[in-house]
Amino acid sequence: MKNAESMSLSAGVHSANLSPVQKGALGLVGSGILIQLIYWISFKTQNASVWLWTSILLVSAGSVWYSYETYHAHPPGIKNNGVWFRSLTARGSLAWLLAVILTGFYILLYWYPQYLGQGQGEGGANSGLIRLFDPLSQYLKGKPASQWFVYGTFYTLIMFLMGIKFIYKYRHDRYQVLRTLSVLFFQTAFAFILPEILQGLNRPYFDFKNIWPLNYYFFFDWHIDGLIQSGMLGYFMLFWGIVSFLVLTPVLTWFYGKRWYCSWVCGCGGLAETAGDPFRHLSSSSLKAWKVERWMVHGVLVFVVVMTAMVLYTRFTGAANILFLNSYQLSAWYGFFIGAAFSGVIGVGFYPLMGSRVWCRFGCPMAAYLGILQKTKSRFRITVNGGQCISCGNCSTYCEMGIDVKSYAQRGQDVVRASCVGCGICSAVCPRGVLRLENGILDAGYRTRTKEELDYEERSGMKPGVNK
Amino acid sequence: MRIIIIGNGIAGSTAARFIRKYSDHEILMISEESEYPFSRTALMYVYMGHLRLEHTKLYEDGFWAKNRIDRLHGRVTEINPVSKSVQLHNGQSLSYDILILACGSLPKKFDWPGQDLQGVQGLYHLRDLQQLEDQTGRIRKAVIVGGGLIGVELAEMLRSRNIAVSFLAIESSFWNTVLPAEESAMVNEEIRRHGVDLRLNTGLEEIYNDGSGWVAGVRTGHDDHLEAQFVGLTVGVRPNIGFLYNSDIETNMGVMVDDYLRSSQKDIYAIGDCAELWTPRPGRKAIEAIWYTGRIMGETVAHTLCKGPVKYDPGIWYNSAKFFDIEYQVYGEIEPQPVEHVQSLYWQGANGKKSIRINYNSATSPNFPLAVRGFCLMGIRYRQEVCEQWIRSRATIETVLPQLGLANFDPEFFPQYESRLMDLYYIQSGKRLILKSGRDRDAVTRFLNKINE
Repeated sequence: MKNAESMSLSAGVHSANLSPVQKGALGLVGSGILIQLIYWISFKTQNASVWLWTSILLVSAGSVWYSYETYHAHPPGIKNNGVWFRSLTARGSLAWLLAVILTGFYILLYWYPQYLGQGQGEGGANSGLIRLFDPLSQYLKGKPASQWFVYGTFYTLIMFLMGIKFIYKYRHDRYQVLRTLSVLFFQTAFAFILPEILQGLNRPYFDFKNIWPLNYYFFFDWHIDGLIQSGMLGYFMLFWGIVSFLVLTPVLTWFYGKRWYCSWVCGCGGLAETAGDPFRHLSSSSLKAWKVERWMVHGVLVFVVVMTAMVLYTRFTGAANILFLNSYQLSAWYGFFIGAAFSGVIGVGFYPLMGSRVWCRFGCPMAAYLGILQKTKSRFRITVNGGQCISCGNCSTYCEMGIDVKSYAQRGQDVVRASCVGCGICSAVCPRGVLRLENGILDAGYRTRTKEELDYEERSGMKPGVNK
Repeated sequence: MRIIIIGNGIAGSTAARFIRKYSDHEILMISEESEYPFSRTALMYVYMGHLRLEHTKLYEDGFWAKNRIDRLHGRVTEINPVSKSVQLHNGQSLSYDILILACGSLPKKFDWPGQDLQGVQGLYHLRDLQQLEDQTGRIRKAVIVGGGLIGVELAEMLRSRNIAVSFLAIESSFWNTVLPAEESAMVNEEIRRHGVDLRLNTGLEEIYNDGSGWVAGVRTGHDDHLEAQFVGLTVGVRPNIGFLYNSDIETNMGVMVDDYLRSSQKDIYAIGDCAELWTPRPGRKAIEAIWYTGRIMGETVAHTLCKGPVKYDPGIWYNSAKFFDIEYQVYGEIEPQPVEHVQSLYWQGANGKKSIRINYNSATSPNFPLAVRGFCLMGIRYRQEVCEQWIRSRATIETVLPQLGLANFDPEFFPQYESRLMDLYYIQSGKRLILKSGRDRDAVTRFLNKINE
């Protein structure tokens, strides 16, 4: 509007007004991080144990205290006041700073681990940040830490602390609480502790919930060989890996939609739902973003399928080339561009700029596979309660997958979208109780038409029927 | 044929959209408020920082051009039904074949001394929100006058910016002209729980000037003096029809319309907040300034113009709101006071934030004994279609209660309280009923289809 667009209808982006207690709590978190930073930058090697536990304790205590102070002091309910005013959550300078830090960390992690203190050469001793985590790694698997161990620990710790914050924030909503407990469990037990213990027992690293095609290297020679060489357990892992994408995934998706994976089990999803929650509203819900998303995510799926087929072809025939494609080259590219750059650097690094599900939405081949199943073979959808939508836009804004939920709700049309991860936040933030995540088959056909069509049929004497 | 719609709120936008759906007529939508239609009910979330203004737009910007709905950002100053034209603020004149008035409301005022001071305003128009935003920096304390839906929203908005709020309501309990006593008391508690100084039985006497034309405070009906840098007047709205007074269109409070939403002048219709029905349905008001009726009127007028006349049918009453953290839904008739031959089954949760009320005809009622009349929900979501089916089919309370789970629309894993109503009914009537249905989607579908057949 000539006036409204130019209107400064928001209070402008500014720093959050924190209470003294909140500042104190954040101070604890900051000092814990500072400890790690000092240890890292000075590339120390001594007293890792003391430094590590002190810093983890400070970060954890400060974070839990902050969450308690921020949410528990207020009555339970939706807590989105000021989301679009704060620098960190409204793409202000703090958001850019965080994005640069996260992106930088991922670049070091993937390509320059020596700067994190990763020991060089066979048996090279760690220093700095990686050395800091040696005691924990020794405790869990009797080996020194690696950059991946440090990453896994950070990942799990951040998910836990931000998960506690999330649970405080949504403590009135049992769906959100249970879902969060579930992702925390799967991350800790399946992605972090179990694989580390397996490695400690000289068994192959295996994350039982990391399903192909998300786990793109599952059919790589080194992976299959590693499994086969470790006997019965390895064969079971191989069997499980195939069954989980071939049988488990379609069956569970038929019953519950892709949410059983994306927002109850998956680690990427788990990080997005906890650490990424403060940024969920930054996902664009424009039609253009949807078009880009469909091309990209399905493009990655095609990429991973072709690459896997080539890798297996090479395995069985020994030939690496088909036409102009080389299977080794292709899998190296996939690992670099998708496995590292997209899922890590962009996927998490861009949280503060593009929302929490950049990877899940634009890049994850598993999400694409689940999405095709959800769109075509699933009982799951989001239903709309009669004609009650007031078009406020909370659902679309807080949809981390950038689905324009409102455009369905205001027409009384069920939301059946490949990308929906079933996080349930649209339903939670709706101020009129319009949306519900439901599983059912009987009316799946006619409910996906608009209420207007149905009204018209009523007026012209046609009745909506079952399973049309 | 050229159709001009004055106003781009939910009524005007819906009319435009359905006229396009049904026809190829030329459509021009004129608004002095905003270039793109937005959701008025969402303005509070913009102020609270949940949304940006662009999130409240009804559709993406490209939608209107794609559907060939022309928009004009300007003010209509006069209407001439004889020459079939409208006059704009810039002197331009536009002719129409059909004119639809969807020009909405204005906040009411009651001739209080000081009501035109700086810092005194209502909350309806985009301009009101802008003005509030501009003044927020200087507000430490605010007074809200009028205990209705906009008042409680304004209280929540101001509290989100840590402004101290005194909330004056002339009623003895919040909105008890609409809510039954128990629900009303629940909202009183909720308002106070969020740090609002709710003053019931309290009216406004005068608004003080600080000497420079700005508000300094108010004096209440109890002669209390309250400091305030902002006074919100939320005592209701009235149709925004000042520009029609010279046009020979018959008006009372709003534009008078018949069952087909036709005004007294040929080819001029009125819909939404500004329309006043000559003959409202029994139990309904002549002006219902709510979102849903505006939308239904928009659909109706489009149908009448393009596909043959249909009477405006608002259907079974429903409405919803949110009082701070408590969601409110109502379906059918819920009287604020006890009525003869009507009984109430009322359950309230222990924390005082959830309740279910079902009103039904008493066994001795002359009409449809035991038929369910209405549902009132606080902090619990019920399905509109299911509740409407029961009300429409005059299902008895003893039919409804065992199936009550079908109505529940709360998210998965939320506790269900329907069985508590069976217990209450046992106490009330001596009859033991057993809950048979849960909220399973397929059971709901079977139920709805069975009734449709």
